[in-house]
Amino acid sequence: MELLNQITQFVISGLATGAIYALIGLSFAIIFNSTGIINFAQGEFVMLGGVLTIFSINALKLPLVFAVVAAVAGTTLVGVAFERLAIRPLKDATPLALIIITIGTSILIRGVVMLLWGKDTQVLAPFSGNEPLHIAGATLLPQHLWIFGVTILVIVGSRLFFHHTISGKAMRACSFNRRAANLVGISVGRMVLFSFIISAALGSLAGVIIAPLTMTAYDVGIMLGLKGFCAAIMGGMGSGFATVFGGLILGMLESLGAGLISSGYKDAIAFLILLLILFIRPQGLFKKGETERV
Amino acid sequence: MKRLISTGLASFALLCFSTAAFAAAPIKIGALFAVTGPASFLGEPERNSAQMVVDEINKAGGVKGRQLELVVYDTGGDATKAVQLANKLIKNDRVVAIIGPSTTGDTMAVIPVVEKARIPLISCSAGIKITEPVKKYVFKTAQNDTLAVARIFEQLKKEKKTKVALLTVSDSFGSSGREQLKSQASRFGIEIVADDTYSPKDTDMTAQLTKIRASRAQAVICWGTNPGPAVVARNAKQLGLNLPLYMSHGVSSKKFIDLAGDAAEGIRLPSGKVLVADLLPKSDKQKASLLAFVKDYQRHYKAEGDHFGGHAWDAVMLLKGAIERGGDTPEGIRTQLEATRGFAGIGGVFSYSAHDHAGLTKDAFVLVEVKKKDWALVK
Repeated sequence: MELLNQITQFVISGLATGAIYALIGLSFAIIFNSTGIINFAQGEFVMLGGVLTIFSINALKLPLVFAVVAAVAGTTLVGVAFERLAIRPLKDATPLALIIITIGTSILIRGVVMLLWGKDTQVLAPFSGNEPLHIAGATLLPQHLWIFGVTILVIVGSRLFFHHTISGKAMRACSFNRRAANLVGISVGRMVLFSFIISAALGSLAGVIIAPLTMTAYDVGIMLGLKGFCAAIMGGMGSGFATVFGGLILGMLESLGAGLISSGYKDAIAFLILLLILFIRPQGLFKKGETERV
Repeated sequence: MKRLISTGLASFALLCFSTAAFAAAPIKIGALFAVTGPASFLGEPERNSAQMVVDEINKAGGVKGRQLELVVYDTGGDATKAVQLANKLIKNDRVVAIIGPSTTGDTMAVIPVVEKARIPLISCSAGIKITEPVKKYVFKTAQNDTLAVARIFEQLKKEKKTKVALLTVSDSFGSSGREQLKSQASRFGIEIVADDTYSPKDTDMTAQLTKIRASRAQAVICWGTNPGPAVVARNAKQLGLNLPLYMSHGVSSKKFIDLAGDAAEGIRLPSGKVLVADLLPKSDKQKASLLAFVKDYQRHYKAEGDHFGGHAWDAVMLLKGAIERGGDTPEGIRTQLEATRGFAGIGGVFSYSAHDHAGLTKDAFVLVEVKKKDWALVK
């Protein structure tokens, strides 16, 4: 019984962490699909979400809701500037060069945030209280429900967007074949910009909702970004659900591994999975060869 | 452009002459701190405190009529850089003594350099191997981890709690603490029933704590620096873990209470006395130094002075004492440092000797508890 309770707790904690990885993984996938590059500054968007919210609340005295909006908008602007200044001018660069640019950008963003807001870890008050909830012998915080809720909303929203709107369909068209999409009159450049906007907004939203749990500082983006990247790889950089499952599985394995095997291997588990998948199933866990993306 | 250069040079020369004319040449002290990088939480307050106390000393007329000049370099927590900068301090700046570095790794790398050049070094890092075995020119001001561990175990023994769970961070601070906790446990009759770790950037420790909850532990000891322990505190509250939670002196600052919020209530930790300066009894020898440090730091930097800054404060004051008593040569300073007895500083009451270059006893730590978002002394 005791063991069962423990395992329930591991699974629930793992799912909560996994949902965060899933959100970050999704934002990786969106940029990858429209540009073919892996944006290693994605973790920095997550960090910006948290840091800007705290700044808006503490320094600008905005109420939480407006602070969140301001933070997401601010990060989106950073995403737009990033695409305009660093990605677009290099039209014919190889994906490798672009990926290195994203790494450079991530270092730049981290540095600027460190200079502006210092190196201290900061904390955001939970959105709705701190009283733990008891579910089947395990405990959960109200903030975890926010994370699950936002993740579900984002999945549903992105499904609707990519399958039922013209812009969404155009973005998918670009991911299948950029040249063909261009020929039928889709502005590929604009779609790339869109993808940066969506991905920055999503990343920062993830950053905001996790800030009350994990706290935030200029350098939290590195690890979260890598874990999100793992999730996206598990999902084959693909459609919403695969990446979400990738994130949830990763979170659960980490938590079960730390609880049942040894906590020293927690990060090792994530990166071992990443390597295994890249070697054995580079198309992701749930896909048979090259099929649909986005 | 040419004119600018010549004017610049002229005024620079003038400046040099004028200071030389007004006072004897300043005594140069070198300082190596990890002001940036992962150990910046140590290096920054250390640099601030050292600069502050040197300024104060100079304002009050210097040491024996001579001004002190502090030359600070940033190691970034990088041992290779620390060695280069130590050489620079010795060969280019010709300092008579060096304060720092901030981390044990940097210090160990610098030791051969200062030993060879015969320049006294007062390290601000805690590692026990810095002064054991004793090196002729190397002293330190930060308290050994062993003393903090002893404080916790002493309290547990008093409360007859014999089974503890460890949760330590997997970096050098955590693993050094873990080693000490494990090696000293048997001396206090304490059994370690769970031994878990987390990595510095982990954001959720519920898995480890769930495991600990299922063990027979009567208390949990978490060894790490912010923000990890704050996450541990929050997760423990979330899980309703009903065990006394002990932290290390690595989180003994108000920042920890801010980060952990309500979850900090009731958490205990060993700390340098600076946290509870105003709560100390009047008879405490350190009280005057502590209050002066806290007040000065507040005035200079509008922030709370912590015990990391205190290590640098102690180092400068120890040097000042040595220069006042002895001479301004490296050899004289070394001899006088070793002869320091009963100097009540921030980290504790220092008494160095030929066999002890750490100079502190376990009285350097007090056990504090978080009560109503503030620190209280555990009696």
